[in-house]
Amino acid sequence: MVNENLVKEVVKEPYKYGFVTDIETEKISKGLNEDIIRLISTKKEEPEYLLSFRLNAFKKWQQMKEPNWAELGYDKINYQDIIYYSAPKQKEKISSLDEVDPKLLETFDKLGIPLTEQKKLTNVAVDAVFDSVSIATTFREELAEHGVIFCSISEAVKNHSDLIEKYLGSVVPATDNYFAALNSAVFSDGSFVYIPKGVTCPMDLSSYFRINSGDSGQFERTLIIAEESSSVSYLEGCTAPMFDTNTLHAAVVELIALDDASIKYSTVQNWYAGNEEGVGGIFNFVTKRGKCLGNRSKISWSQVETGSAITWKYPSCLLLGEESIGEFYSVALTNNLQQADTGTKMIHIGPKTKSTIVSKGISAGNSKNSYRGLVKMGTKAIGAKNYSQCDSMLIGDQASANTFPYITSQQQNSEIEHEASTCRISEDQLFYLQSRGIEFEEAVSMMVSGFCRDVFNQLPMEFAAEADKLLALKLEGSVG
Amino acid sequence: MTKSNPILEVNNLLASTEDLPILKGVSITVYPGEIHAIMGRNGCGKSTLSKIIAGHPSYNITEGEINFLGKNINSLEPEERAQSGIFLGFQYPIEIPGVSNLEFLRVSTNARRKFLKKEELDTFDFEDLVKEKLEIVKMDSAFLSRSVNQGFSGGEKKRNEILQMALLEPKIAILDETDSGLDIDALRIVASGIKQIANNKTGIILITHYQRLLDEIKPDYVHVMSDGQIIKTGGSNLALELEKKGYEWTDNFIKEK
Repeated sequence: MVNENLVKEVVKEPYKYGFVTDIETEKISKGLNEDIIRLISTKKEEPEYLLSFRLNAFKKWQQMKEPNWAELGYDKINYQDIIYYSAPKQKEKISSLDEVDPKLLETFDKLGIPLTEQKKLTNVAVDAVFDSVSIATTFREELAEHGVIFCSISEAVKNHSDLIEKYLGSVVPATDNYFAALNSAVFSDGSFVYIPKGVTCPMDLSSYFRINSGDSGQFERTLIIAEESSSVSYLEGCTAPMFDTNTLHAAVVELIALDDASIKYSTVQNWYAGNEEGVGGIFNFVTKRGKCLGNRSKISWSQVETGSAITWKYPSCLLLGEESIGEFYSVALTNNLQQADTGTKMIHIGPKTKSTIVSKGISAGNSKNSYRGLVKMGTKAIGAKNYSQCDSMLIGDQASANTFPYITSQQQNSEIEHEASTCRISEDQLFYLQSRGIEFEEAVSMMVSGFCRDVFNQLPMEFAAEADKLLALKLEGSVG
Repeated sequence: MTKSNPILEVNNLLASTEDLPILKGVSITVYPGEIHAIMGRNGCGKSTLSKIIAGHPSYNITEGEINFLGKNINSLEPEERAQSGIFLGFQYPIEIPGVSNLEFLRVSTNARRKFLKKEELDTFDFEDLVKEKLEIVKMDSAFLSRSVNQGFSGGEKKRNEILQMALLEPKIAILDETDSGLDIDALRIVASGIKQIANNKTGIILITHYQRLLDEIKPDYVHVMSDGQIIKTGGSNLALELEKKGYEWTDNFIKEK
């Protein structure tokens, strides 16, 4: 109804990260069985404990059922039709970034993440992951001077085995859920961060995940450990080429914060979402969880989810330490035939723990956007507090928005507050802005960013600007 | 007296919404410096006329034309009309949650300035300009940091409309029941704001039910609308007579027609 003709005229901005890098890759054969898992482990020269971690996860996974409670509609995934390891061919040992295949450097250049010494971003250290492997990590030496370890998880397995053995799977157990189990069996690479006691990480750390290959899945694993009184801000970005088939992405992220430590984890997810008819796009099944182990520790998740054909993720906090704090700030935007089921779990275990949830869902086109969240007050969570606010915005009359809050409390002396709202961009609002000379598209994006303001305020500055632009781009031509 | 070219010329306008005819042949011409008042019962088509001139997408023009500064604007988008100098003051200004009033005013002012080939203003320069204009409507700068019209009282919303008018410096302002819901003090502020902005190059159309706004701003012409048509046009005395005799009196004009 709203200015239909104008909407049709608006030229759609194509997904600008949809290109494929033509590069020789080493791929193993399709399919999933014990031999494949052993092969991945051998390729990565892993210690015995890790192989048994994988095999154990695989055994459990085989007994598990793919969850269907989120009521997401998609064709059954054929797990035997996926390649579980795909890596660009390059020299065995790379001693400096200059030895990285120029095609890979060029790829990350194009994505706006230059890696070379001359061009690299100055205020943020980057770990660049291409399909199954991490190809480069910048600022390693500078960070090492502060005792900060920032490297690929494969390297951490080799060089910091004690930490891996102690913490891997300690927040998200291998058998936590179907997709976490799958990841635990076949994970290939990802980032590892260790912030020593008392250190405030001198710069933001970031990982950039790039899926290039169409027939292989990406199964990365990230582990961040913040020792006592340390703090770190970590950012992640993701893109993928446009294929007309679906690619599976099943990641696991584990965060551990000890006494007085704080971790801020921000995501801008822009995987390929499929085309207007819903063909292609990434299936994004991710398990992210943080453990506030220490007293007064804090874990804050902020996410801007705009891509993927299917998003299924619930970045959560286990609040064990006394007075620990969990936060979740989320903007999820769906358009065309995208489906998103996202939210959080705040599990209050320790006394005086606090959590804040702010979720903004925007659904346009024929998309489906659900908030699903759990707030749980355990028996010892005396004086714990939660505040949740879940708002949905509908654009057009074909989109749907749902809110599923689950609340359980075993502690009388705790507070849970939940607010929810649904709104629609009305013709009258658009006309009002237009009648003040503001272009139609700008009017829509002004209202959408206004709606997301509370969450954008939580993002690191450059990220917030990028998120704003991304939303405007995604919404082009969506109002009709 | 020789007249310059008209700012706005509405010729025999017929318009409908969802196949329901609302305007049934409206003509009105506004020259620079003129103030017109349009009066009439609820549902007579006054507000619709103002929305159609501003380009509201819910209405279709089935016949007739709207000329603005000598050009037919029937098919222009609302934002193009606004940029070129048409201003509609809303009877019920719309709330836009999350969008700061200051940012809204700045984007809107810059859209108009861009059209006028004037330099666009950055945040700092704009704040200077807006503070100056706030004086006109006696608004506190605290209004700027709030969301557009959200939580504003009726009077504050109307003053915010006049503030926008002051910033956009339109060629023609159509003010739809800007006086409704105002107490006497707010009415004076709004009326004095309008008078400060209006000059011998601008045209004003006041849509109103009441004489009290017209006591503050004396119109050159008063039009009475009924059932989608202008049934009588006169000078400012017509409004006074209408106030005395009520709209029933005007029903006779329809019969005369």
